[in-house]
Amino acid sequence: MDSSNRTNGAQERPIIQVRDMTCAYGDFVVVRDVNFDVRRGEVFVVLGGSGCGKSTVLKHVIGLNQPVKGRVFLDGEDFTAASERERLRLIRRFGVMYQSGALFGSMTLLENVRLPLEEFTNLPQEAMDFVANMKLSLVGLEGAANRMPAELSGGMQKRAAIARAMALDPDILFLDEPSAGLDPVTSAGLDELILSLSRNMGITFVIVTHELPSIMAIADRIIMLDKDAKTIVAEGDPRELKEHSDNPVVRQFFNRQADRAA
Amino acid sequence: MSNASTIEFSTAQGPAGSLTATFTGVLDADGAGRVWTRAVEAVRAGSGEVSLDVGGLSEIDGVGLGLLVALKAIQAEKGATLAIHGLPSALQTVIDRYDAAKLAELQKPRQQDRAGFVVRAGRFGWEVMRAAKGVISFVGECCIALVYAVLHPWSIRFKDLARQCELVGANGLGIIVLIGFLMGLILAFQTAITLIRFGAQAFVPNMLGLAMVREMGPLVTAILLAGRSGSAFAAEIGTMKVNDEINALVTMGLAPMRFLVTPKILAAMIMTPLLTLFFDLFSFVGGAVVMLSLDYPLESYAHRLFNNVSMTDFIGGLIKALVFSLLVAGVGCLQGLNTRNGAGAVGESTTAAVVGGIVLIAVADGLFAVIYYALGI
Ligand SMILES: Nc1ncnc2c1ncn2[C@@H]1O[C@H](COP(=O)(O)OP(=O)(O)OP(=O)(O)O)[C@@H](O)[C@H]1O
Ligand SMILES: [Mg+2]
Repeated sequence: MDSSNRTNGAQERPIIQVRDMTCAYGDFVVVRDVNFDVRRGEVFVVLGGSGCGKSTVLKHVIGLNQPVKGRVFLDGEDFTAASERERLRLIRRFGVMYQSGALFGSMTLLENVRLPLEEFTNLPQEAMDFVANMKLSLVGLEGAANRMPAELSGGMQKRAAIARAMALDPDILFLDEPSAGLDPVTSAGLDELILSLSRNMGITFVIVTHELPSIMAIADRIIMLDKDAKTIVAEGDPRELKEHSDNPVVRQFFNRQADRAA
Repeated sequence: MSNASTIEFSTAQGPAGSLTATFTGVLDADGAGRVWTRAVEAVRAGSGEVSLDVGGLSEIDGVGLGLLVALKAIQAEKGATLAIHGLPSALQTVIDRYDAAKLAELQKPRQQDRAGFVVRAGRFGWEVMRAAKGVISFVGECCIALVYAVLHPWSIRFKDLARQCELVGANGLGIIVLIGFLMGLILAFQTAITLIRFGAQAFVPNMLGLAMVREMGPLVTAILLAGRSGSAFAAEIGTMKVNDEINALVTMGLAPMRFLVTPKILAAMIMTPLLTLFFDLFSFVGGAVVMLSLDYPLESYAHRLFNNVSMTDFIGGLIKALVFSLLVAGVGCLQGLNTRNGAGAVGESTTAAVVGGIVLIAVADGLFAVIYYALGI
């Protein structure tokens, strides 16, 4: 029965295609001419040192910022050149969790998760509450549904933000550092959740993270950005890269070695 | 995603109160929305086991799965079971992640907080008490900080003070000059057209001078200060509070009073009397424009205006401006520091800062009227 667009398969067209994308803030170029594909249903991880432009690339792919050059295709449709109407339609296909959580401070957790359901579905009240509670229970927050974001710990806010990103069951979930600030147990639980959603529901994940164990556990493929090269320095299966990469920067990252003092 | 999504839901009674339900079509957010209430009611009405056949579904998404879990939760509440047939095992795994009984528990209407009149009155009183305590301790801390600043002038952060003076004073000069000019013009014009009928337009400058220097100058300047700077103080400090920046200051051993509040209050107290002077001056210019247009000589206008205003009136007006500015800046900073959490709270404290500032100005103005009258000023 499963819907046709929810099956794994490498032979299909990639769900996201990024072509020659250059991202800049004013004159300050963050990354230049990056190319990568995200395949349907995979867990795709973006790596790199702090400040190398991971969040920036994410913001350009989801259309918050326009790339100065290059194109982003979502399911074959040119997202960068889409009209406002098309953009709104495409945007519904993905959910985003921002690095800082970005929960609405004046609403309870339940209301935060319910908001997209209220705006974009015709579910009855009872159903919206139920679905929102389900999403919260997925991230282990069912008891905190009626609390305000400011009353939560940092890790709880992160988890609530993930629940909100999942509210509309998007095809693609973008998570910016989901496990930063979580304890190892919760973090492992989150990894398990991501894998389960990806394998069972066919959701595609694009994740920014630094957690090496988590990368090894969940990533199908990674790309690694570098601040000095201003582009992608490695791409592929993290387990292979760790062992066989000939790039010292990549090896240093996977083996957790500090920069040698000059 | 098909646009013409169809969804069918049908039920059939079985033996011993059991129920067989069938979904066919597309059970996405849209479809689930259409059959949710019907399905939930049908399952709730039954008393026995429910068997759910979803083999006829061509598509299902997370909300659709949510409906299945919701039906499971209803059954769990009744202590019965729900058998789902025809679901791919991957999706069955997803459903099994959820604890149906716990979700059913959450769905129950919450105990509403229905406090009686006495309880509510008590809470309100307690809130008022707490707010009053907050104000008193803030006033105390403010006094200490200001006295300390006066006794140890080198402890003042002059860079901050200068920046605040620029924001409060220099940048506010334009609107003060404009409003002053217009107020003078309007007041002079309105009185002139009345007095001219008695041939008494010569008294317009007498009135204008006194009204502006004693009342309007300090009052309007302070109200503009509340709108421009009281709100800005509250928003700036409130945002810092929301972002934990105040806590960062405290843990660095920097008192927010000295670091944030003192420069703002001092800047307001230095600049407001000066702004009042400009306001007075330009209101006289406005009055002069009216009188000149009535062919009244400028020299007699100036002569009558300044003869009728004594030094005491003048100083009295400036003292009023000084006190108003202390109140406005103080309440702005206080509201900023009292900001609770969230972006909405910053808006609330900004509003409270402006409203509180204007109310305090009005009250203080009334007190000044009584005091000046008693002192014969
Ligand atoms: N709004 C902005 N305006 C100007 N420059 C920016 C802006 N946002 C980020 N930058 C710059 O772009 C570069 C990349 O920032 P980005 O936030 O993408 O890093 P990151 O890889 O996500 O780092 P981290 O792992 O620390 O989150 C940094 O040098 C940063 O200073
Ligand atoms: Mg980032």
